[in-house]
Order: sequence, then structure tokens, then C-alpha cells
Amino acid sequence: MQSICTCFTCLFIFLQMGEKEEMGRILIKPEVCIGCRLCEIWCTVAHSKTKNIIKAFLYEEVRALPRVQVEEKLPLTFPMQCRHCEEPDCVAACISGALSKDPGTGRVDHDAEKCVGCFSCVLACPYGCININENERKVVKCDLCRELDTMYCVSHCPNEALVFVNE
Amino acid sequence: MNEFDYVIIGNSAGAIGCIEGIRSVDNTGTIALVSEEAHHVYSRALIPYFLSGATGTSGMAFRPPDFYERAGVRLFLNKKAVKINFGDKEVVLDDGNKLGYGKLLLATGGKPVFPPIPGLRKKNVFSFHSIKDALGIKQHMAGARNAVVLGGGVIGLMAAEVLLKKNIKVCVLELADRVLAPVVDVTASRMVEETFREAGVEVLTNNTVAAVHGKEYVEKVTLQDGRTIPCDLLIVGIGVTPRVELAEETELEVDRGIVVNEQMQTSVSDVYACGDCISVYNFVTGLKQPLPLWPNAYLGGRIAGVNMAGKTREYTTGTSMNAMHFFDLNLINAGVNATADGDADWHVVSKLDPEKKIYRKFTIDRDGVLRGFILIGQVARAGILLNLMRKKIDVRGFQQELLRDNFGYADLPDLIRWHLLKEHMILGVV
Ligand SMILES: Cc1cc2nc3c(=O)[nH]c(=O)nc-3n(C[C@H](O)[C@H](O)[C@H](O)COP(=O)(O)OP(=O)(O)OC[C@H]3O[C@@H](n4cnc5c(N)ncnc54)[C@H](O)[C@@H]3O)c2cc1C
Ligand code: SF4
Repeated sequence: MQSICTCFTCLFIFLQMGEKEEMGRILIKPEVCIGCRLCEIWCTVAHSKTKNIIKAFLYEEVRALPRVQVEEKLPLTFPMQCRHCEEPDCVAACISGALSKDPGTGRVDHDAEKCVGCFSCVLACPYGCININENERKVVKCDLCRELDTMYCVSHCPNEALVFVNE
Repeated sequence: MNEFDYVIIGNSAGAIGCIEGIRSVDNTGTIALVSEEAHHVYSRALIPYFLSGATGTSGMAFRPPDFYERAGVRLFLNKKAVKINFGDKEVVLDDGNKLGYGKLLLATGGKPVFPPIPGLRKKNVFSFHSIKDALGIKQHMAGARNAVVLGGGVIGLMAAEVLLKKNIKVCVLELADRVLAPVVDVTASRMVEETFREAGVEVLTNNTVAAVHGKEYVEKVTLQDGRTIPCDLLIVGIGVTPRVELAEETELEVDRGIVVNEQMQTSVSDVYACGDCISVYNFVTGLKQPLPLWPNAYLGGRIAGVNMAGKTREYTTGTSMNAMHFFDLNLINAGVNATADGDADWHVVSKLDPEKKIYRKFTIDRDGVLRGFILIGQVARAGILLNLMRKKIDVRGFQQELLRDNFGYADLPDLIRWHLLKEHMILGVV
């Protein structure tokens, strides 16, 4: 762990960051989603190299793929991303061991190094939340913005249609 | 004698599922694992990826190197279980050692079928099933020029693709009149055959090997149609049968595979089984049958483990399901696949675009419940369809929507959608 400044402000921020590591889920409020797709855009930024919106969309060699997707049948729109299930079917289906459930955080993790792109998990996920990366023939999925200080889809939704709930 | 709370025979998907299932309930019970193979747990489903060079042998490891240690599992690797005394609750190993068990799991898997063709056991003839096979094939692949693959099922076709990509001339022999015959329908089989032929693989249906020629090594094979073709590498991929030798001449009920109930219990008390060695409930057909697939092995094992550790859980979501890819063709299927409408019992909704190699097909029963589907070309979000099958949703009200390439929850009627997603949504906020 990085050493941190121990002034009260920093400690407070650190503790809040710590909260992100707790068990919890992102819940969705479909009625207030306006279909602006900012969650998709910021998810792309979150998974880009530079974490900079201009660079992520215009200058990075390969544009990162969003892991949240907005379902749309107007006037209905709502976002969906990995539900980090308690007993994930994708983990049970993964033939390479690339998918795993972190017992500490409850997060369902995907190890791109191990993934062979068999798409067994695409068939197993009841929510359709494992996305295909055609270029690399692998999959991508929501990682709850691990190693970032906020969950980008949650913090950038202008209508708070995505909320993180500790459990 | 060594005594353990849990003894597991086998070291693959089912065994790992069981260990993880036990440990989700019981952190302290003692676990022993017996495996005939000497390796750390590996995924045999990665053999094609190993041979293509996509992953090395270390990449085939299904769990990290410290997995057993962290799970507190005592290993008996390179040991074969040769007998079980159900009365004394002990497993006898080939070195004479005996392991006493509180609960026992049989996860002995399947064994590749070898057809009774005289002289087939030669040095350049391999199954496509174990690391040993894979290493042997790798060694022979280097100098091979003409490979013959016996069997046009999933395994045979995966082998054929790998070999072709190593610049070996490949001929696939399939006894049925089409490849992937029990798995998909005729239309899908033809699309797959075309993909292989376009890539340069010779696919011969209604055909098989009648005789092999050569002393230590196969040099030529004579086909059923009378032709003789050169062959310096022969892969046998005609299927697996449940490995039930430990059940023979015992009171364990066997019907093709070891028969288990929904809690993964066999007919003998305190003995459970999972994976390729069993006959298990298929929720689509309602029958007990072998379902030799990775997810069924892992999940069946996991649920067995939970039950062995004293909690009650049932495995009722298993069926036939495959995610496959051959060259640039992606194919996903699940359940049963009728070829045409069947009287009043079921009907078919489908769309086919041969140019773009896109096919979507759904078999719907008289109650409107999805019994099976095939997706070719467009496989994204396939799991939503499997979920509709498992939840027995009547799809007739939106059956044409199923044909949309990005079919999703938005395409479902409100009531069904919010019912299926209720744990994840906050409704009624406006
Ligand atoms: C090339 C290939 C590709 C595949 N691809 C896929 C895929 O993409 N998707 C999918 O769903 N499935 C796939 N499968 C099927 C999948 O690998 C199997 O369903 C799965 O491995 C079954 O696991 P299991 O635990 O039942 O047993 P197995 O993997 O068969 O392992 C059983 C183990 O038990 C050991 N054993 C048996 N008897 C004894 C004994 N008496 N004493 C000690 N040890 C014993 C064996 O040596 C073996 O190591 C593939 C299979 C192959 C061969
Ligand atoms: S695509 Fe990758 S993550 Fe998904 S099941 Fe296959 S190996 Fe596992």
C-alpha cells in the first residue's frame, strides 16, 4: 500500500477511498435515465490509458471499450453492467480460470492475460454483461473501476441513475 | 489409514468446483484429492489454444499455483484410485494406500472413445484429451504434412483448425451425414462445413477410416469409400464416454454415466459425483443424461461440495450448451434444436443470411418456452437467451424481437423485464 499523508483531510479521503473496496453493488434507476450514454463515455475514459477524455477518444491508438451499455427501446433507456453476482455463472463457465470472484470485495475479476476468448462466459452471463472485444478476441467486463478513485459511471451520470450501494 | 472428512477423485473442473463449494461452507474439514495425472490442475479445454501457441503449458493452469495450499487440500497426485469399499468408507489407491472418507466425490471425468479399427494404436495416433496427448501432438506436428482427423464433432473440428494453421493438410472424416450432428441443426452444420472447406480443410461426411497402414507409425489410411490417402498424424476425436470403472460391479447405479440426483448424490450414501462421469438432470429434456461440458462439471462439483459440507442445494440449470469458434465463425447454442416445426409441440423462429454468415434460430415449445437456440455470427449477449430458457419465460409475445442482432432486456415486455431484473433496479422513484 502507498504511504499517505496523515493530516485529517487526507485521512478522510483515504477512508472514503477505502469504502470503495467494501462489498457493494451498482444499482440502476431506469426511470431517471435519459439515454445520454455519458456512463458509456466515461467508462471508456476509465479504461483508457490516459484517463483523459479527449485523448481517450481522439489520440489513443486503440480506443478502450466501455463495459457498461445503455439498453434502448425508446422511450425506455437504462444502463447495464456486470452485476458481480454472488455465485457468478460466468466464473463457473470460464474454461481458462480468467474469471474469478474476489472473496474480499465481492468483485468479479477478469484476467485478460489468461482469457482465450472462447466466449463461454458470454453464453453464461444471464445479464448479457460480458462484452466482446473483437479486435483482441477476448472479453471485457466491469471491474468496478478498481484502482481508480471513483466509479466513473456512477459519478458522471448527471441524473444519478446509477448508484453504488454498500452491502 | 489416512482419514479425511472429504475425499475427491479427479483433478479437473468438477474437483475444483467441489473444493470451492466445500470451502464456501466449511473452512476446517480435511480434504484429500486423488489424481492419476501428475500435474497441477489444468484445463483440458485449452488444448487447442496450447497447440496453436496462444498459451503455454503454464497458461493452462486453471487455478494459481498455491491454490491447494490456500484451500487446505492434501494432494495424492500421480495416484490412481483402484477400488472403493463403500462399507468401510475407504478408497484404495494403486500404491496400496487407503484413504478413509466422510464424504466422497467421484469426478473421474470422461475417457476418449477409440474405435475398434485394427492397428489403430500407433505412435502418431492421438486422442485430443490430455496434456500427454497435447505434448505428443505438438512433437509430431512439427514434421507432419498430412493429418487425418477422425470425428467431425466439436473436438475434431477444433483439432482440424489448429493443424491447418500449422500448414498441415487436413482431412476430417465424419461418419454421420454432417459435422456437429447432434449439437446443431442442418443449416448450422452446413455453414460450419463451408467455413472449413473455404479455409482449405477437406471435410468428408458419411465416411470413416476402414484400415490403417504402417508399422510403428501410420503412413496411409484407407477410407470407407475405398480411397487410400497419405497420413502422418491421426487425431481421434469421436467423443468421450463417462469413466465409470470404479462403479463397475458395485451398488453404484450407472446409466451411461453414474446416476446422480439434483443434489449430486449417487445411489450410495455419502458418495457424490459430477462432471463428465455422470448422468445428470437436463432441465430442457427433463431426462438424466451425460452433459460433458466444463460449466456443468464445475457447477455440479460446486453444488456437490456445498451438499457434502452439510447445506442443501440443487443443480437444476444444466443442459447442453456450447460456445464455439472455427476460423472467423462464432457459434453459440444451447438446449435442443429441432430442424423444423414439429406438429403442435414446438415451432421454430429463425433468420438466415448466408452471405454475411448470420443465423439466429429459436425452438419454442407449446407453452411458449424457449427450448433451444443457435446463434451464428451474432453471439453477443447470448446468456440473456439462456436465462429466458432457465426461467421458463413465455416468449411468444416478443418472438420476432429474438431475431434482432442486439436483442436485450429492453426488448422484453415491461412486466417480464422488471421481474427478471428486480434485484438490480430501483423502480418507482418518479
Ligand atoms: C480439447 C477439448 C476442448 C474442450 N472444450 C470445451 C469448451 O470449450 N467448453 C466446454 O464446456 N467444455 C469443453 N470441453 C469439455 C470439458 O473439458 C470437460 O467437460 C471437463 O474437463 C470435465 O471435467 P471433469 O472434472 O468431469 O473431468 P475431466 O476433465 O475428464 O478430468 C477427470 C480427471 O480425473 C482423473 N481420474 C479419473 N479416474 C481416476 C482414478 N480412478 N483415480 C485418480 N484419478 C482419476 C483423470 O485422470 C482426470 O485428470 C473440452 C474438452 C476437450 C478435451
Ligand atoms: S472468453 Fe475468456 S473469460 Fe470468457 S470464458 Fe473464455 S477464457 Fe474465460
